[in-house]
Amino acid sequence: MSLFRTDRQLALLLQSGALLAAALVLLILLFLVKESWPVLQHVPLIRFVTDASWHPVDGLYKLTPMLSATLYSTLGAVLLATPLGIASALFSRYYAPSFIAGCYRRLIELLAGIPSVVYGFWGLTTLAPLIGRLHPPGVSLLTCILVLTLMILPTVALTADAALAAVPVAYVRGAAALGLSRWGLISGVALPAARSGITAGTLLAAGRAIGETMAVLMVAGNVVQQPQSLFDPVRTLTANIALEMAYATGEHRAALFVSGLALMVMVLVLVGTAELFSKERHHV
Amino acid sequence: MKKLGIVVTLIVLIGAVWGFLRTQSNEPKIEKLVLTGSSTVAPLAAEIGKRFELLHSNVRVDVQTGGSSRGVSDARAGLADIGMASRALKDDEKELLSFTVALDGISVILNKANPVQSLNKQQIIDIYTGKIVNWKDVGGNDAPITVVNKAEGRSTLELFLHYFGLKNTEIKPQVVIGDNQQGIKTVVGNPDAIGYVSVGTAEYEASQGAAIKLLPLEGIAASVENVRNRSFPLSRPLNLVTRGEPAGLAKDFIEFAGSPQVNDLIEAQYFVPVPH
Amino acid sequence: MFKNALTTLLIWLTAALVSGVFVWLLADIIIHGLPKLSWSFLVEAPENAGRSGGIGPIIVSTVLILGVAMVTATPLSLATAVLLSEFIRHDSVFGRLVRRSLDVLAGVPSIVFGLFGNAFFCIYLGLGFSILSGGLTLSCMVLPILIRTAEEGLQATPNDYRLSASALGMSRSATLVHLLLPAATPALVAGLMLGVGRAVAETAALIFTSGYVDRMPDSLFDSGRALSVHIYDLSMNVAGGDASAYSSALVLILLLLIINSIALSLAKQWLHRSVVTA
Repeated sequence: MSLFRTDRQLALLLQSGALLAAALVLLILLFLVKESWPVLQHVPLIRFVTDASWHPVDGLYKLTPMLSATLYSTLGAVLLATPLGIASALFSRYYAPSFIAGCYRRLIELLAGIPSVVYGFWGLTTLAPLIGRLHPPGVSLLTCILVLTLMILPTVALTADAALAAVPVAYVRGAAALGLSRWGLISGVALPAARSGITAGTLLAAGRAIGETMAVLMVAGNVVQQPQSLFDPVRTLTANIALEMAYATGEHRAALFVSGLALMVMVLVLVGTAELFSKERHHV
Repeated sequence: MKKLGIVVTLIVLIGAVWGFLRTQSNEPKIEKLVLTGSSTVAPLAAEIGKRFELLHSNVRVDVQTGGSSRGVSDARAGLADIGMASRALKDDEKELLSFTVALDGISVILNKANPVQSLNKQQIIDIYTGKIVNWKDVGGNDAPITVVNKAEGRSTLELFLHYFGLKNTEIKPQVVIGDNQQGIKTVVGNPDAIGYVSVGTAEYEASQGAAIKLLPLEGIAASVENVRNRSFPLSRPLNLVTRGEPAGLAKDFIEFAGSPQVNDLIEAQYFVPVPH
Repeated sequence: MFKNALTTLLIWLTAALVSGVFVWLLADIIIHGLPKLSWSFLVEAPENAGRSGGIGPIIVSTVLILGVAMVTATPLSLATAVLLSEFIRHDSVFGRLVRRSLDVLAGVPSIVFGLFGNAFFCIYLGLGFSILSGGLTLSCMVLPILIRTAEEGLQATPNDYRLSASALGMSRSATLVHLLLPAATPALVAGLMLGVGRAVAETAALIFTSGYVDRMPDSLFDSGRALSVHIYDLSMNVAGGDASAYSSALVLILLLLIINSIALSLAKQWLHRSVVTA
């Protein structure tokens, strides 16, 4: 592989590090299965779909409404946050004067660190009453999507910004020399060059939206039901765990670990889909 | 960056070694008392714990929040020295011992802007089971009712259900909440909401100007005063729970928590001290 | 030409909208949080369930948890990122395996990390509710973020660097230390900031791992309440805790601002020095 001994030693070191990082996922899965075993042992998987409702204390374990709530809210937030985030990155990279761009970037960095609790708090006391005036009860799928959008926007914006910053200067100079307009430069050169970074950032953001717990718990309404409209309250899988975990014992607790497993399966499916897409892109 | 990393690593390593040595050297002296359970009792227990530590310099009281069921099961399994429960023990928990430190009530709350002044028991049942869905059916505005319910496992939910003779599967909620404050914030933000929370919490928030009102139950006003004189029908004990007769430190703590020395702490949390 | 003007307008509008909403949010926190903020609030212990007193012990716990998380996650993530981008082929089986696992790890919800941390660090390893458990749980959580951004940063460095260094007979290790890592610094810092940001804001993973005790921690084996858990408890569980919750949120944001500034200036210095000596 390499002529240098230091290189070989380094590679070995790095490999063990990477192996450790990769093994984490297995470890997590292992423990989730171990903890949910008391329920999985005697409740067939199909009952998590066919049971009448989610009342784990009475032995009813339907998970599907929470699964779709998680899906809808994540999808909505990603659809809103991606264009806004990319536009934000473009703004600070190519449009704003350098002083404003600097301020804007600092603002976004700051927002990446505002605790989800604060977003939830704000959503519950400010946003939910506003939406409630439009259509009660106010805490709803829509509120949840909007709060999630705010939360993941900094992630999209910061990663897109980093990806744009990494576009080689020569490309940009070349495009400028060809006399491309600013938008021509961005759509023709910068965005395609930064595409993989932006995609990665969006996936990170989607991961954060799926996983967000505390803010969602405060603004989504937490009723276990299949939403019929944007104004219906919903309960996501994560909120389900956080709401009931501290209070659950025995099989109820195990059923919540099954919620955790369901989340993991969802993440696996998403990652698989992303992989499929990236393969197709490489073939074209 | 690299240097920063090294510096931070060193600091944390030193901290860890120092901390480890400290715990090692202090081990024979420091005694730890672990309490887990009800999030309603936890803030009170933590305050009592602080005062207890002042009196016993070699004692550390650790309070971890959870729920009443968690408190009971931890006490039963020996994971905690003392469990906390905001309800009386159930029939299948009778092998445990409980010590009441304070009382609390549960009150139905509405937004202040709602013209409805009182609801009878049957009306509340019909609202919670989805038979009444509009305020105009109980003498209010023509507006859909937002039913706020508590999440499964909360003792507040269990007591509410028990009092009204309901099952959780029958309730048709529009919003499900976790802790008391979330319930109050939801009702404050929604003029057509109905919910139920701890009387002490609600009374305090209302006195601080939150836009809520407490509904009387069976004609008796929901107030800390009426919980104190035991006339309010929907009240509950806040208990400390142990497996077997408490001994040593746990015994001292429970006695301290039941003594008049902590009455001011109980009242500061808007609960009612048990008369001695 | 028209398209150009339209997109310019749209992008300015987006920026205005985004900053508008966020300034609204920040103003809300500042207006409600500033009155209680003082030096004594920062150093005193909380009293009366957090309604009065300060947040001294909670800041210490938060910093310790963050320290544990970053110190364990940074070397591991740098190693993994360097391996993935510099030492193995992009399509090798091992590389794909690691990358896939990391993608999954990045998607794992924080509450699931909380469940895992509780079952593994607290109960299985016997660390109990402690700062160590919380920090290690957070470290697992930020790992994929750090790796992903570091890897992107390394891959974005021009291939010329590698080719020229190789032609000059430099070892890969030397190329890495003297050329690639300096060039990738902005991305590494951005990743670190994202990681710190996410870790410091985390509530769900910490409630079940580092616990609820608001006393000054004696060691890393003590339970310590993080700032975000404190905010959650104050706003959701303590009647009349809102004012303290706002102030604590403000402190959290200021803390983040300080961390950001230090990291940025350090990164700049390091970049400067490396370029000069290289």
